[in-house]
Amino acid sequence: MIEAQPNRAMYGQTLVELGEQDPRIIVFEADIAKSTNTYRFGERFPERFFNCGAAELNMVCMAAGASTMGLIPFASTFCMFASMRACEAVRQSVCYAKRNVKIVATNAGVEIAGDGPSHQAVEDLAIMRVMANLIVLSPSDPVTTRLATRAIAAYVGPVYMRLGRQVAPVLHAEETPFEIGTMIRLRDGGDVTIIATGNMVEQALIAADELSRAGVEARVLDCHTIKPIDRQAIVHAAQETGCLVTAEDHSIYGGLGGAVSEVVAETCPVLVHRVGLADRFASSGRDYKALLRHFGLHAGAIVDQVQQALSRRRAYSRDLASPLRSSEWG
Amino acid sequence: MTTADRDTPDYEQLHGQALLLRKDIIRMLGIAGSGHPGGSLSAIDYITYLYWFRLRIDPAHPDWADRDRFVLSKGHCAPAWYVALAARGYFPRAWLWTLRDIDSRLQGHPDMLKTPGVDMTSGSLGQGFSAATGIALGGKLQQQDFRVYVMLSDAELQEGIVWEAAMAASHYTLDNLIVFVDDNKLQTDGFTADIMSPNPIAEKWRAFGFETYEINGHDLAQIHDAVERCQAREGRPHAIVGDTIKGKGVPSLENQVDSHSLSKPLTEAEMAHLLAELEGG
Repeated sequence: MIEAQPNRAMYGQTLVELGEQDPRIIVFEADIAKSTNTYRFGERFPERFFNCGAAELNMVCMAAGASTMGLIPFASTFCMFASMRACEAVRQSVCYAKRNVKIVATNAGVEIAGDGPSHQAVEDLAIMRVMANLIVLSPSDPVTTRLATRAIAAYVGPVYMRLGRQVAPVLHAEETPFEIGTMIRLRDGGDVTIIATGNMVEQALIAADELSRAGVEARVLDCHTIKPIDRQAIVHAAQETGCLVTAEDHSIYGGLGGAVSEVVAETCPVLVHRVGLADRFASSGRDYKALLRHFGLHAGAIVDQVQQALSRRRAYSRDLASPLRSSEWG
Repeated sequence: MTTADRDTPDYEQLHGQALLLRKDIIRMLGIAGSGHPGGSLSAIDYITYLYWFRLRIDPAHPDWADRDRFVLSKGHCAPAWYVALAARGYFPRAWLWTLRDIDSRLQGHPDMLKTPGVDMTSGSLGQGFSAATGIALGGKLQQQDFRVYVMLSDAELQEGIVWEAAMAASHYTLDNLIVFVDDNKLQTDGFTADIMSPNPIAEKWRAFGFETYEINGHDLAQIHDAVERCQAREGRPHAIVGDTIKGKGVPSLENQVDSHSLSKPLTEAEMAHLLAELEGG
């Protein structure tokens, strides 16, 4: 029975399970093993655990080198350091060289709260998504974190996975089928689709409940794989529900919202509203939930965006139906 | 199948081989019209020694698990690697004339997915060394007895990751790792000592826990002696700091800042002139 816990804790536990099954799995760390939870692997398999100290760039390149030996290195640090300090190593030595390295980073989004914007990763999905050969995951709960960790260990190729820091509720059944590159439908609805990732999936479900009470039925999709994005699920959602709202603990640029908007623009243009940080850094915050509320990363903001999107769609439909526009199209 | 089937190298043969490789460097760069002749020429004596005497390799089986590894961390000098790999039979010599072409097997910087014999993709300075450290670590973990040879340039030592990796190599006691510094004292913008001095180089490697030797990087006997001493000592990673000359072998290119990179294809006359200079040198 999986209980609510930080996704990073489930990652640490799953790593140990994987380590028992496959001696090729080795772990690299950059001095925050207690935080990323890789210390658990280090305790169990000290000979397969390498702490590189505060040197993330070197950690990623060493992992790339070790992978040439047929080993399966997991390299962990905070999302911010993995995507930005070690960015070029990820590009050159992991992605370009197509190494079988799993970069699993914690403290996604603003979840580090108190440490403030210097340690909050609100750009990583955008940065990693643009890297050729790299797949990008962002699980929402302990169940999908465990399934995703197993799936990326089995997948041969470069991976980036971002994980949250705070306690995450269980949103999925333990027997949920999990496949890299798909979305999981958590709730059905025909009026609008909310596509969320990471800790915002929980908020999307809360928002859908609230919308339902107001007579709006929202489909909720858990987008645990940002790249490759599940184009089919997006197209179906656009066709069947007419408008989309994305939600992520990340900048609205380049991450989930960007990925969904690209697909929609190319296939079936409908309104897409994005919940996330709009060209701004967040702030320190002693109360994590209050921080989310303050920066609009919560269910209420999703409800607002859904209502705005629906109202714009109604206005758009009226406009299209007006006699003037019809005669113009003659 | 090993290269080292003798106790001591035939220095005359190695010298002759190095000259042939230098000629091919000039030819391939002259045809490509861009690339880095100066640093390729300064590195070639060490590469010749490795590929014609030292490395435990089998060119017919580039992925042989027990082979010694070589990583050219100063990846812009890929031509020096390519001419050696071609001459050792990893791929046809005709590939050399496709350097830098679209979809060529020989990219401007080493690509392990495209070129047989390339053990690690490199080109972003410092990263090849860091990856080589990871390879050495993996070799130790799997209890394999191969060695990892990695070549850096003196200017490359300006990259911070070099010292992150050096710290790790020492911390993890990677005595299967042998670093060669091609200290040719020039970089793109001028003399390394004027741009951002890495000196004193040997002291830095010693301070990072490396067994360190200082040699003339063009003297094959000194290269051999230093590598022999690396093989004999366990418990620490090794660094061989080779005093070298940028453009070595072509007098008009030697110690010239302009020899760092080529900006246009060479005419037949220019190429003939450089090849004649090589013969004279």
